[in-house]
Amino acid sequence: MMTFLSFFNYWVVIALMMIGFYCVIARGNMVKKIMGLNLFQTSVFILFISAGKVVGGSTPILRDGVEVYSNPLPHVLILTAIVVGVAITALGLALAVRIQEAYGSIEDDHLGDEDDDAELARMNREGR
Amino acid sequence: MIDIGLLLFLLVVAIAIVKVRDLFAAAMLFAIYSLLSAALFAVLDAGDVALTEAAVGAGFSTILVLAVLALARRYEHPTGGHNLLALFVVGVTGAALIYATLDLPEFGAADNPAQIHVGPHYIEQSYPDMGVPNMVAAVLASYRSIDTMGEVFVIFAAALGVYALLSVKPRRRQFVLPRRPRSGKARDEDDES
Repeated sequence: MMTFLSFFNYWVVIALMMIGFYCVIARGNMVKKIMGLNLFQTSVFILFISAGKVVGGSTPILRDGVEVYSNPLPHVLILTAIVVGVAITALGLALAVRIQEAYGSIEDDHLGDEDDDAELARMNREGR
Repeated sequence: MIDIGLLLFLLVVAIAIVKVRDLFAAAMLFAIYSLLSAALFAVLDAGDVALTEAAVGAGFSTILVLAVLALARRYEHPTGGHNLLALFVVGVTGAALIYATLDLPEFGAADNPAQIHVGPHYIEQSYPDMGVPNMVAAVLASYRSIDTMGEVFVIFAAALGVYALLSVKPRRRQFVLPRRPRSGKARDEDDES
């Protein structure tokens, strides 16, 4: 049981990573791909923060009555990574907007497909 | 125990994000996902990371996605069935990574390699060196300030890129798709239905 708990975080991280990976390679919609990339990214954050955790430790802010602190270094690295990740998300979404403006679609398979709008409108009306 | 529950919630929400075809719903689910991960960071003693993730992940990213959805279509195009090749690739990669986790040190042990390198030095020295009780802030702005400067450069480059991409007026559309003068109006009607 102890072994299972000590690896549980890592396994969930890998499951989340693979869900994000699947979202990136199997979905054609570019907004969805960027969301998949973000899922992947967040799983890496969880891996790093898990590595910095000390059982019985506390948030690394100095105060009286606390002896054990968790490792502050992974927190610093992940703070940087979160902000960079948002910058990259913004860039990706800006690219998606440009593609939408130029081709009228953000689906991989339907770039420049003229009947796409009409077809999708029909599907939405029928209700899926 | 709380962290196990949060991790299971994260898994469920992540699968829902991949499954759902309505991108607006996906954006909302992603905000929930970010908030759950912020809660998980708080449980794992990373208060600063939790604050940043809640503000930036749940707030700012969601606004960005919603801004894109104001211009693009709300519904994802349906694809038939499962993508078996993608599932196979993901399965093999995941199995290899799970095998690799068996070499990782036990979660939360105080003598993990990550905890015995520079971590103790930062914990002991940051207050005498900087006088800031928050070690994360001290390490971010002082010991690793070059990292933070690099981060600023990356953000600046990304901001320049976004500006360069969005400052161009979409004039070329008439050349690319000559028969779509009314498509913008048609799409508005779709969103309302």
